[in-house]
Amino acid sequence: MINIALGHYLILAAIIFIIGVIGIFLNRKNVIIILMSIELILLAVNINLVSFSIFTQDLTGQIFTMFILTVAAAEAAIGLAIIVVYYRNKGSIRVEGINSLKG
Amino acid sequence: MLAHAIFFYFFSVIAVFSAIMVIASKNTVHSVFFLILDFISISCLFIMIGAEFLGMIMLIVYVGAVAVLFLFVVMMLNVAQQKDEWFKGKIFTSHIPFGFLISIIIFLELIIVIGGWKYKPNLIETSSIQIDKNFTNTHALGNVIYTDYIHLFQLAGLILLVAMIGAIVLTYRKREGVKRQSYFRQVSREKVEGVTLVDVKSNKGVNLND
Repeated sequence: MINIALGHYLILAAIIFIIGVIGIFLNRKNVIIILMSIELILLAVNINLVSFSIFTQDLTGQIFTMFILTVAAAEAAIGLAIIVVYYRNKGSIRVEGINSLKG
Repeated sequence: MLAHAIFFYFFSVIAVFSAIMVIASKNTVHSVFFLILDFISISCLFIMIGAEFLGMIMLIVYVGAVAVLFLFVVMMLNVAQQKDEWFKGKIFTSHIPFGFLISIIIFLELIIVIGGWKYKPNLIETSSIQIDKNFTNTHALGNVIYTDYIHLFQLAGLILLVAMIGAIVLTYRKREGVKRQSYFRQVSREKVEGVTLVDVKSNKGVNLND
């Protein structure tokens, strides 16, 4: 318990990852919460990469974390732009209302 | 070691609690605030275990840009009114048990992987870019990212550029009845259509409206 090793960080990342997945599955309210859950999942992946990088003395994980950060920022910008356009057309961003494709 | 453990548990409890609150809170603005708290505690963890540069970058990028963008969109779209509707979708409640089931299965799989996993004995020797204790974290990252990973770095910039252009193109709209500048028409005006020379007679003046 006292000796914090790699496993502790991995379990923390797994818990945050699962919270993000649950947020995607259970959400009925609005799409913004789903985007935030995706951010949580990417955060969990970042925790994994950084903790592996530190505990195995290899810098590559931190570099890839930077690239994941870039992609996450781009994804958030595009997703929010899509949400803004959708809200402008439909007047609501409820998840239940998004069924135009009948999928 | 004890201090490390205390800080780890402190920050990780805050992180997990705020992650739960992100998906569970009824007000979307509160969700964004808890997301900011989550990012801050995770970046404190990063700084604690020795990835200082990434911790600071997380603070700048996530808290400074992404979370503020979320907050901006939430306040602009007026979704904070849609409260009290968490499990109230009458039609689509059958997916909730499946969602929980699949999430728990994924969690168990992750735990099994972590539990059964061990270092290779020569893992430290085989690592490609070893962390040099003589440099600071930022110095070491800079040494690598501008030499070995320069193409990926440029590609990351390209991704950001494409995202920026995409966001602008998506949200751009032409509005009717708004006066705008037209540079082409302004620059390509000729002298003939802009200026007329009039002979003014003495004591008569000029009528400009004809």
